[in-house]
Amino acid sequence: MKSTIPSLCINGHALFEDNILFNAKNMIIGSSQWTCLLGPSGSGKSTLLRLIAGLDTHVVFNGDIKASDNNMFNNRVAYMAQSDLLLPWLNVIDNIKVGSKLRGDKIDNNILDVIIENVGLVDHRQKYPSELSGGQRQRVALARTLMENKPIILLDEPFSALDAKTRLEMQDLVVMHLQDKTILLVTHDPSEATRLCHNIYLLNDNEIYSTKSLPPPFPKSINDRDAFSLQTQLLEEIRST
Amino acid sequence: MRSWYYPLASISSIILIWQMGVWISSAPSYILPAPVDVILSFIDNWQLILEHTIVTVTEVLLGLFFGISLGFITALYLETSKKAVLFLRPVLIFSQAIPVFALAPLLTLWLGYGIISKVVMAILIIYFPVTSSFYDGLTKTPRSFLDLAQTMGSTKSRILYYIKIPAAIPSLFTGIRLAAVYAPIGATIGEWVGSSQGLGYLMLLANGRVKIDLMFASLLTLGFISIGLYGIVSFILNKISSHY
Repeated sequence: MKSTIPSLCINGHALFEDNILFNAKNMIIGSSQWTCLLGPSGSGKSTLLRLIAGLDTHVVFNGDIKASDNNMFNNRVAYMAQSDLLLPWLNVIDNIKVGSKLRGDKIDNNILDVIIENVGLVDHRQKYPSELSGGQRQRVALARTLMENKPIILLDEPFSALDAKTRLEMQDLVVMHLQDKTILLVTHDPSEATRLCHNIYLLNDNEIYSTKSLPPPFPKSINDRDAFSLQTQLLEEIRST
Repeated sequence: MRSWYYPLASISSIILIWQMGVWISSAPSYILPAPVDVILSFIDNWQLILEHTIVTVTEVLLGLFFGISLGFITALYLETSKKAVLFLRPVLIFSQAIPVFALAPLLTLWLGYGIISKVVMAILIIYFPVTSSFYDGLTKTPRSFLDLAQTMGSTKSRILYYIKIPAAIPSLFTGIRLAAVYAPIGATIGEWVGSSQGLGYLMLLANGRVKIDLMFASLLTLGFISIGLYGIVSFILNKISSHY
């Protein structure tokens, strides 16, 4: 099973108008692990995600992004962003199925039902995005991502727009359902990084480098002392530069 | 205060001022008929007015249908091909630069006094606002939706069908609302220039025979048609687009 879940290795630098936006040396996004890229807003974290997803960016990337099985990975990526990207004209069910519609695939309704139950949207199937709360909308986005069933998942600050309580619930829910995937989580929140991620990379002064992280299991509880002290260290490191 | 209170108040005031104007100026009824005269004329001539109303409404509805369809198709074509934009944009702009009203005599010359020249007039007036508002919507799909579709491995035609068109529906509906307002204007102009039926024709006929009360009655009917049409179209579009 693990052989179908590749890890990614990133080497190279991104140029924006001849200035280096970020430089990555041997950044590994481990198979079946959560890897975090932690950095301040505007540092280019999302750009790296877009490069991995094969989306247009405003930068030139010199280098390579490789999957451990040496196959193409652009088509093995699912993407979850800070804004839930729900289509307002589709109800919850149709939003979850949108990937299949966009590809013209058959939909497995059994899987769909299981996913809807797992993310707790059974009572909201027919509702439209405008009728849902922020947390519920992000659950739909999670269900849509799960429905894609891709080995590599890119998370672009998916929790940052949620209130504190909903954020914790969503983090637990996402971790529970995205086991055995190769995850890259982009965030500016050290507590999120320490709580969820096997590996943490910092993007500081245009340089991406590995930093300390905690041993499993994840997610850490909110009163985990190690997580808390690591969070403090990370904050100090970010602040010192 | 209920929502119908204000329109009712403003319309009543206009009628009141109109009636007072007639009293004070003591203008003869062949210059300015009193509201009461117009209502009486309406009652006396309701069959005549209805007959011509049916003609005008038919022209307007046919014009709306074909104008909206043509605008819809043109906008889609523009969206799918860069060359089409370069090719068609000058034509579209030029067609708007010449006043469409000025074409009315030509349309009558070429297409006759019948209903067709009026329908074409309505189409010409509707076509541009529908095309440009829908095309505008198609080119302004939120980038993030397109990114999502791309990561999901979609094709161009499926992105158009499932993302771009639905995302442009509000813009298309703006164009259709405008079309509902313009279509009666187009049909009436067509009737003015040359016809033997329709409310525009009836207005000219009544004017020529100094039946100004009948002219006003026809004019008011035309106004009610336009408002009614806009109301119905808006109602339907709002129902459809409540989630867009």
